[in-house]
This record gives sequence, structure tokens and C-alpha cells, in this order.
Amino acid sequence: MTAVGTGLRRTEGPDKVTGAARYAVEYPAAGLAYAWPVQAPVARGTVRSVDTDAVLALPGVLAVLWHGNAPRLAEVADHELLVFQSDRVAYHGQFVAAVVADSLEAAREAAARARVEIDEQPHDTELRADRDDLYTPEKVNPNYASDTSQGDVDAELAASEVTVDVTYETAATHNNPMEPHASTAQWLGDRLLVHDSNQGATGVAQSLATLFGLAEDRVQVVSAHVGGGFGAKGTARPNVVLAAMAARVVGRPVRLALARQHQFSVVGYRTPTIQRIRLGAGADGLLRAISHEVIEQTSTVREFAEQTAVGTRMMYAAAARRTAHKLARLDVPTPAWMRAPGEAPGMYALESALDELAVACGLDPIELRVRNEPAVDPESGHPFSSRNLVACLRDGASRFGWTDRDPRPRARRDGRWLVGTGVAAATYPARSRPASAAARMRRDGRFQVDINATDIGTGARTVLGQVAADALGVAPDRIEMCVGDSTLPPANLAGGSMGTASWSWAVDKAARELRARMAAGVPEGGLEVSVDTADDVAALDAHWSRHAFGAHFAEVRVDADTGEVRVSRLLGVYAVGRVVNPTTARSQFLGGMTMGLGMALTEESTMDHRFGDYVNDDFAGYHVPACADVGTAIEAYWLEEQDRYVNPLGIKGIGEIGIVGVPAAIGNAVWHATGVRVRDLPIRLDKVLFR
Amino acid sequence: MRPFDYARAADPAGAVALVARPAAKYLAGGTNLVDLMKLGVETPALLVDVTRLLPTGIEESADGLRIGAGARNSDVAVDRRVRAGWPVLSQALLAGASGQLRNVATIGGNLLQRTRCRYFQDVTKPCNKRVPGTGCPAIAGAHRDLGILGTSEHCVATHPSDLAVALAALDATVHLHEAAPVPLTDLYPLPGDTPQVETVLPPGALITAVSLPPLGLPSRYRKVRDRASYAFAVASIAAALDVVDGTVRDVRIAWGGVAPRPWRATEAERVLRGGPATEAAFRAAADAELAAARPLPDNAFKVPLVRNLTAAVLAELAGVDR
Repeated sequence: MTAVGTGLRRTEGPDKVTGAARYAVEYPAAGLAYAWPVQAPVARGTVRSVDTDAVLALPGVLAVLWHGNAPRLAEVADHELLVFQSDRVAYHGQFVAAVVADSLEAAREAAARARVEIDEQPHDTELRADRDDLYTPEKVNPNYASDTSQGDVDAELAASEVTVDVTYETAATHNNPMEPHASTAQWLGDRLLVHDSNQGATGVAQSLATLFGLAEDRVQVVSAHVGGGFGAKGTARPNVVLAAMAARVVGRPVRLALARQHQFSVVGYRTPTIQRIRLGAGADGLLRAISHEVIEQTSTVREFAEQTAVGTRMMYAAAARRTAHKLARLDVPTPAWMRAPGEAPGMYALESALDELAVACGLDPIELRVRNEPAVDPESGHPFSSRNLVACLRDGASRFGWTDRDPRPRARRDGRWLVGTGVAAATYPARSRPASAAARMRRDGRFQVDINATDIGTGARTVLGQVAADALGVAPDRIEMCVGDSTLPPANLAGGSMGTASWSWAVDKAARELRARMAAGVPEGGLEVSVDTADDVAALDAHWSRHAFGAHFAEVRVDADTGEVRVSRLLGVYAVGRVVNPTTARSQFLGGMTMGLGMALTEESTMDHRFGDYVNDDFAGYHVPACADVGTAIEAYWLEEQDRYVNPLGIKGIGEIGIVGVPAAIGNAVWHATGVRVRDLPIRLDKVLFR
Repeated sequence: MRPFDYARAADPAGAVALVARPAAKYLAGGTNLVDLMKLGVETPALLVDVTRLLPTGIEESADGLRIGAGARNSDVAVDRRVRAGWPVLSQALLAGASGQLRNVATIGGNLLQRTRCRYFQDVTKPCNKRVPGTGCPAIAGAHRDLGILGTSEHCVATHPSDLAVALAALDATVHLHEAAPVPLTDLYPLPGDTPQVETVLPPGALITAVSLPPLGLPSRYRKVRDRASYAFAVASIAAALDVVDGTVRDVRIAWGGVAPRPWRATEAERVLRGGPATEAAFRAAADAELAAARPLPDNAFKVPLVRNLTAAVLAELAGVDR
């Protein structure tokens, strides 16, 4: 029996439930001081002065930092990290000063009292399709073409028997991990040590080294346990720079734990989108044209262009296809990664439009998708390394009881509840990145594997131990995984659903190499091997299209009197290559689906354009799903799928696909229940019944 | 956080004496007050902890029910007498907040919680309730969750309590330490041009108990919200209805989430009393009350929502088939 494929419990589970697991602000440090940021109360302006003398006179205050006195930092590509390097205010909530004090309370109070003089300038924060300053970015995240075009879309649309031309909108949403961003930073001579909550300590350490002009081996970032990130901790954010800067200025360790409210301004969010989809098809539902045009926002600090239309490039066959992204550069906080950037909002629009097309053609929505299944990747022309979308749809249909579904809208009632069902497809790229790892046999007979992977709550530590155990041919309890420290062999961040796919490659390689060396005898001083997978990843055959697929099914109940939407069933079936640990995988899928439910029904960051800030900046105002919203009828399944073209273990990655398509499945179900097509997320009760 | 003093009084008289000091406030469950202190909205110099001196008991008599102001929401919600005689009260309590918050929150404190209007809670923005005369940004801003009834051009905030909505329907009385009791429906003045005045209580008043007359008719609390749990009401209703031979003999209606106070729908009740217990009559009664509504662009949906909600709950109480 192999360890891979078994549902081992998280190795750090007992530490977490007993409180022994330390998070970034739980590391003790002698002479600890505390920082608290002062945020810009305006969306655009110039910082003139800060009353530093008055603030310094307050009890416990050690330092006041702002543009006028902050140490200079070296240039980096992400200008969000250039904390206090400019007098320019680029968005409401931007850090414009900070107070360092003996206690958290003193720092917070002094920051509240600090007077920052700002020359306010007119700001512009409103994303609208009719803006005359929309522009096409050079590329969209991370490195895709902004626009693509194949065939003659207009001609195919004109020749189509059935067309759909609809515009969908999605609200700005914020990642909101349970643990807000947090750091404890200390300078040990010329060395910087930071305990930090992030998704990739290697990248954070590199950013800090560059900013502070240090050799990379002078910076250590420890991220042993992380309470979620969902993309918002994928790279360094201003908070960790501020903590390190403050520690240097006061000559003491400094702790900075952001509050929930800070999550809504300085650490990223998902851009709102406006998406026009045009589909042209024959009466048989065969697509002739697909057009997907996206409008979204970025900030003036750093361009972030969400790749919203990329899923549309490879999902379905069509004679002609066009995708386009346009950005508005606004005086807003910088948007960034949030779980399945691109696919989550883009597949909402595409899969909702497919449902509208199915209705227009009088076809079952699953049959419509099956008919438009492409033989090869429509964009690249490459074969898929594996593509089991149809199998997911059929397996899900069987499990969900889709087969005898009555397609008519508003035709099922349970008392005052209108009941409906919906389906949507999901996809996410299966990618790997180079990583390095070291494996050694220890004197205690156990094996230690070092890799700077990050366990952000996913179970990465456990899963990689399973991979190492099988490669070494030993039981998993003889493996000790060391992760979450930038001094370990460098590896990619936990993001893009690339963590396990990439790390397992390096861990497997190191463990196999160690095993081979052990077979030749173990020397007196023990045995250790180091590997990296840069050459292996580079040698991947580029002539395969690599993606995970899935299908989501939803049953909703809509109160006929109030418009309240409740999801009574949510079911996902995935084809994601090899699943290493069914227990932790299931948690990833359910978590993604729950986040998709939130995107569909409840999550919405509301901007007041007069002030330029998101006003509902706490968990009372920003509604993530509660347990009662998710209920018990949420199910995740996966198909046996072997894909030898993605990486040696055949792992496609599972962190993001669970959210993709869920908003469309729910929206389609709301239409089926009510006959009302709400085309802007979230689907609030007032949109369902009262407009 | 701003430094403040903390004191615990031995008895109500001691608490009243302590709270007479400058910038002093009572602290009970603290579920709202402490949040507001973190936000800088409340900046007390002294907190007078009254949790150990307030009565926590629930007493039933021929006059009805008397609930100590220090009773925890969760304890009252599950009390056998409450559930049997005043189910609307239990339902309202259980519809509020989360299990953890209900375990800490008190009956007296619940009545004095502040609006959750986003502008009230953000000290960097104007708010007539927080800083009189600075303006109300909600009227042209994020007001989707705010009031349609009893509002003014100076303030459109809603009172957030679920409990108070049930108490308004139940003709509850608020009892004070050494001061005349106040009917719940008189506790909260409308904002007019003084939205900073949120209750009729004199400075230093200490709520000691809430009493309810016997109800004796079927009752129900129904809360409409943006997620299934742990969300403030988009709109809610506390209702009790007595129907004899298809005619409404007695009815109580109070709405939450739509007004600066729990909104006792007296006009709707008047229209219904003695009339037919039909869905059409329920809708017409709601409309009679809602004629006074002054909705804003983003909360105009609350008018039809409250109409539907009222018809739905009254129909359920009347056993009317729909």
C-alpha cells in the first residue's frame, strides 16, 4: 500500500488544535515593539507633513515614520512595496505613516491621533464600460496575451441561427483569509529575520533583500503556519516591508498584525468586472462564434490585469473566437490575485452565457457542452494532456440526479420556495514550476526532507510527506517535512494550483535520489542529497495543453416572498490528475466551492466613489458564507485520471478549480427556479424579486 | 486603543454614581461597545461594569414575564416559559448575531446597541449621529441596508436589534433603576434633526429589567437577511395574530431593519382589526403602513419586500392557504 492516495490526517493537526503551532505574531522576541499604520483618508493627493513631534510626545511612542523621514528603499517592480518612498497618495487607505510604540494599544492610539496634512486632489474610482480612457494592457496576468482573435467572429455571428449577446458584471471581492497579514521582524546585526504570514517565503525574502539592499543570505523569512491567503499573501505586501523598516528604525523587534479592516485596502482583492459575451450557434447548438470582452480596473501604483477571458480561449470548439481585456487605471487600491484569478469571474460569464444559449436552442445544458467539446485545444491546436470534462459532467449528472430534469423555469415549488437546478463547467491550468529540495537520512532512522513549500492550511506538509514516503519506500511516519522557511531549498509559492504539482516533483526526485544512494551504502556521517527540477520543468513538452476540468451542480431554493436564495445542494466532480490525499483534497474542493457560493450570493465590496473606499470593511458588512449557508449537502468527487504529461506524479493541482463555475451553476439554478436571469454578482435578494 | 478606566460597582446605586463621572459608560456584554471603542466611535474615559449587579432572572406571573436586564440572550432564548408563551421573543433572539455573541450579549445592552450604518462606524467620514451637523453621507451613498420609515434628511440609520422588534410587538416595558418605566415603543425617538439623540433615557439611566404582558395568541419572528445566519436584517417582522371565524380579532406587527427604531405598524394593525384575515387584507394593511415610507434609490425594494414579508407571516399565522 502506498502513502499517496490515502487520507492521512494533517501532521500538524494536534499542534494547531492545542495552540502549539505558532503563527507569525506568536513568536516571542525580546524588547518587542509594535507598529500601526496610518492610512490615507483620501483617494488622491500629496502628503505635506505629519506632526511627528506631537505624536512622539504621546505615551510609549518610539517612532513615527512617513515619507519625510523613512529610510530609502531600493527600487522593485511592485511599487506597492515602496512604503513611504513617495509623497503621492494613490488610493484611499494607502499607508502614509506609521507609529511604532511599546505596546499595540499605544501604537494604535497614537496612529489615530497622528495628523497627516494632505493636499487632496480630485479622484476617479468608478469602473464603467463607457469610460473613454479604457486601454489594452500589454499582457494579462501572469503572462497571457491581452487579446486573441481566430476566424471572423462578426461573419460567424451574422450567419448564426441562434445568438446570445449578454453582459455580466461581478463585484469587487476581497480574499479575507482568517489570519490577516502579520509579521514579526527583527534585525540581528546585518541580518533580517521575519516571521511572516505569506504564501511563499522565498519570494518575500527576495523582495525584502532587494528593498533593503541586502544579500539574499542575510534575510530569513519563516512562515511555518499560515492561516489562509487565497492569493492575497502570494507575494510580499506593504505590511511586511513596514515591519522590517520599523524594526530597523527603532532597533528593536517590531510586530505588525493588520486588522480585518486593512484587508480591504492594502493587500489586494479581485477586480470588479464587466464582461460582454456573444455566442453564435446553429440550431443544433454547435458554436460558430465566441466573443468575450472584459473590462476591469487597476490602480495607478501597479498594473494588475486579471486574465478573465483566458478560460474562453480553450473551453469550447468554435469556428471563430475573440477575447479582449481592457483596463481602467483608477485611484483605487491595487487589485491582485484572488483564488482562480481569471477563471473565477471569466467562467462565471461564459458558463452563464452557455446556459442562456442552451435555453435559446432548447437543449439540455450538459448536451450543449458535450456537443461543443473540442478535439484539441482551440487556441493552441495542441492536444490536451487529458481532458475529462464530459466524464465529469456525466458522472455529476448521474450523482446529482440531473437526467430527468424538467428544463422549464419556475416550474417547481416546495411551499413558498421556488426550486431550481443549474450546472456549469470548471477548468484551471495544470502547471508546474521549478523547485529544489534536499533529503537526508538522519541518525535516528528517520528521513528529513527540506523544501520551502508553504502550508497555508491546505495540508501541503502532510501531502509532501506522503510523496517522500513512497519514493523512499518507508512509512509516512518516518518522514519529517521541513517547510515554510526561506533558508530551506527555494521553491515556488503556494498559488496558481502549482504548489503540490511543483513541490512533489522536487520531493520525489530528492527522495528517489537518496534511496538510490542509500542502496550503495550509507557513509558514517549520514547521507544527504539536494536536487532541483529546473531542467525537468524546462524539458516539459510544450506541445501539450495541460488543464484540470470539473463540473458543478447546484440546487437552489428561492423564497417566493423575499427573494432570498439558499443553496440546498452543491456537487462538484473533478478530473485533476492524481489526488495525493483524499482528506485534504476534499477540504480544498469544499473550500473552493464555498468561496464560489460566496461569490455567487453574498460577497461584495461596496465602494463609495465620493470617498474612494470600500465601506463594508468587516465581517458584519462583507458577507462570507456562514455554515448555515453551506449546509450539509455539499459534495466533492473526483475521477480516476492518469496524466503522465503534467509532471512525474501526474498531479494537476486542486486549490482553485473548486471555485470556478460555481457562481454560474448557482446563477443558472436561480434562473431555473425563478425565470429571472440575474447577470450581476452577487445575486442578492433584491435583484431576484424586486427590480 | 485609548486608555480608559474600568470599575465594577457593588449595586445599581453604586453604578449610577460611578457613571455620573465624565465620559463614563455602562459595560454589559460589550459586544457592540467594545467594537466601537476599537473603531474610535466610542471613547469612554470610564467603563462601569454592570454585569454582576444586574438581575439575570426570568420571572413569570399573572402580569406576564419579567426578564432581568443582565440575562444573557442565549439563556432567554431557550427559556421554557419564553418559548411557550412568547415564541416570537425566542425566535427573534435566535435570529440575532451568532451563538458566541448571544452567550455574552445581555437583554439590556441589546436594546442600547448602536446602528451598523457604515458611515456611523467610520470616524473618518461625516455622520450627523456621531458628529451632529457634519452631514449624512448615507443618503447619497451606501444606504441599501438603511431605513425607509421614520428617517429624516439628517439620518437614515436603522436600529439593528432583533430583540427590540419582538419587544415592540409584545408591548414590552423597559424598567429603570429609580426612574419611571418606559414603554419600549417610546424608548427610541425618531431622528428628526437630532439623530444623535437615540433614546429618551436620562443621562446615567440604568435598565434593570424588561417586562411583557401575557400574549396568548400565536406569534412569529421572521428575519430576511443576505446570508442564512449571522447577518443583520434586511427586513424583519415580529407578528402575533388572533383570527376568529376568518376575522382578525387581535394583531400585533413590528418591523425591523427598516427604521431608526423597531417599527410598530400601528396603522396596519388598525386596518386589520375586525377585518377579514385574507392575504389581500394583509397586503393592504402593510401598504397602509408603508404609505409613509420614504425609500431611497437603493433601498426602495424594501417596500415590496416588507409588504410580501408581512403577508407571508400573517398568512402563516392565520393558516391561510396561499
